[in-house]
Amino acid sequence: MDNALLRIEHIEKAYDEHGVIHDLNLVVEKGEVIVIIGPSGCGKSTLLRCINALEDIQGGQILLDGVPVKRDARNISAMRQKIGMVFQSYDLFPHKTVLDNITLAPIKVQKRTRKDAEEEAVALLDRVGLADRRDDYPRQLSGGQKQRVAIVRALSMHPEILLLDEITAALDPEMVREVLDVVLTLARSGITMLIVTHEMSFAQAIADRVIFLENGQIVEESRDPAKFFTEPETPRAKEFLRTFRYER
Amino acid sequence: MDPGVIKSYLPLYRDALLLTLRIGWQGVLLAFIIGFLCVTAIRFKVPVVRVIVKGYIELFRNTPLLVQLFFLYFALPKIGIRLSPEFCGSLGLGLLGGAYMAETFRSGLDNIPVIQQESAESLGMNRLQAFRYVILPQAVASSVPGFLANTIFLLKETSVFSTISLMDLMFTAKDLIGMYAKTIECLTLLVVFYLIMLLPVSILGSFVERRLRHAEYGD
Repeated sequence: MDNALLRIEHIEKAYDEHGVIHDLNLVVEKGEVIVIIGPSGCGKSTLLRCINALEDIQGGQILLDGVPVKRDARNISAMRQKIGMVFQSYDLFPHKTVLDNITLAPIKVQKRTRKDAEEEAVALLDRVGLADRRDDYPRQLSGGQKQRVAIVRALSMHPEILLLDEITAALDPEMVREVLDVVLTLARSGITMLIVTHEMSFAQAIADRVIFLENGQIVEESRDPAKFFTEPETPRAKEFLRTFRYER
Repeated sequence: MDPGVIKSYLPLYRDALLLTLRIGWQGVLLAFIIGFLCVTAIRFKVPVVRVIVKGYIELFRNTPLLVQLFFLYFALPKIGIRLSPEFCGSLGLGLLGGAYMAETFRSGLDNIPVIQQESAESLGMNRLQAFRYVILPQAVASSVPGFLANTIFLLKETSVFSTISLMDLMFTAKDLIGMYAKTIECLTLLVVFYLIMLLPVSILGSFVERRLRHAEYGD
């Protein structure tokens, strides 16, 4: 009956005295694609960083498959393998080729054979249209290509959930599409995702559920993205969405 | 300039060069090892050791090699520790160089963006794996110019070895000038021999730098 993959229960996050997330609760079901939107500084990126314990939380707990995700816990490496993350800035390892970027963690962390890891990497690269770039270094790739490699790198660990933190925010507009197309394909393949983005039409197209965050709290939540993006219920969401439209 | 004089001095300079090189390289190697250990202690915040390391770095960076050598060679015997001049030379150079290498290496590490560590951790790597496979190779590559400058600096610093009766290049030149007063010949030979020792280091260093930085910066 219970299909919950990730449970976020009453979490509190503050940097020094400055509170970022207050008593936030969220249950993510297997296969669900959740898009988190909100004004900058609302805590959406921080939320993602808390989920794979790149940030400490001061209260509440985060459970993946019923197991707490905690920084400094002994099982943190194992937990993080189940949580894939792609960041806004191109964060590929600059000293490694595309193929080595992808196979490093599968080989060193999951102790898979090089042959096995490389075969899978090449297959995944093929899926995102970058099979011919396997021996290039990150500096030789465009921003959009780097992000696609970063997605493949996260997928190569076979995560149960994928966290995407504004992955197109630093890209030139013409490269946004190629990255979002990849994400859309992944969503259709049934992988669970939490997506932070400012691409509203993309959010509407991909989301099973939209969450509007402000001041570290969920202000509005909708399982009907089309309705949310056309007529949101709360005034704050209305106001926020209006900033993305240009009318005269 | 008297070619005959130069020719007769050559074997002496050659021996001095070999001695200088031997002690110099031992010192440089020791400096790399000490520097690496220091930085690891700082990076992984090893309690107590970290404070000692910081003290060591400041002590050796801020005192001349000459003074350090005098301590090793003249002061330690007073408390019963007697070291050979050669060993003192290598050790002194290693201790001085260790402090410099540690600082160079630390700034190389600090230059690696935090996001690199976070990406590695988010892929399930533990701190040691992230350090070894992601942070360290990048830090070494970006520290190479500093390492090279330190190595050349250390090899040049060998010129103070003459003060603890090591027959290095400087000692040989001074000795010959004192005995035969062929100042121009002796000093010219001295310059030439330092170049013979250090030019290959520079060239080899640039080569290593290109190789290591190829991935990130291209050709």
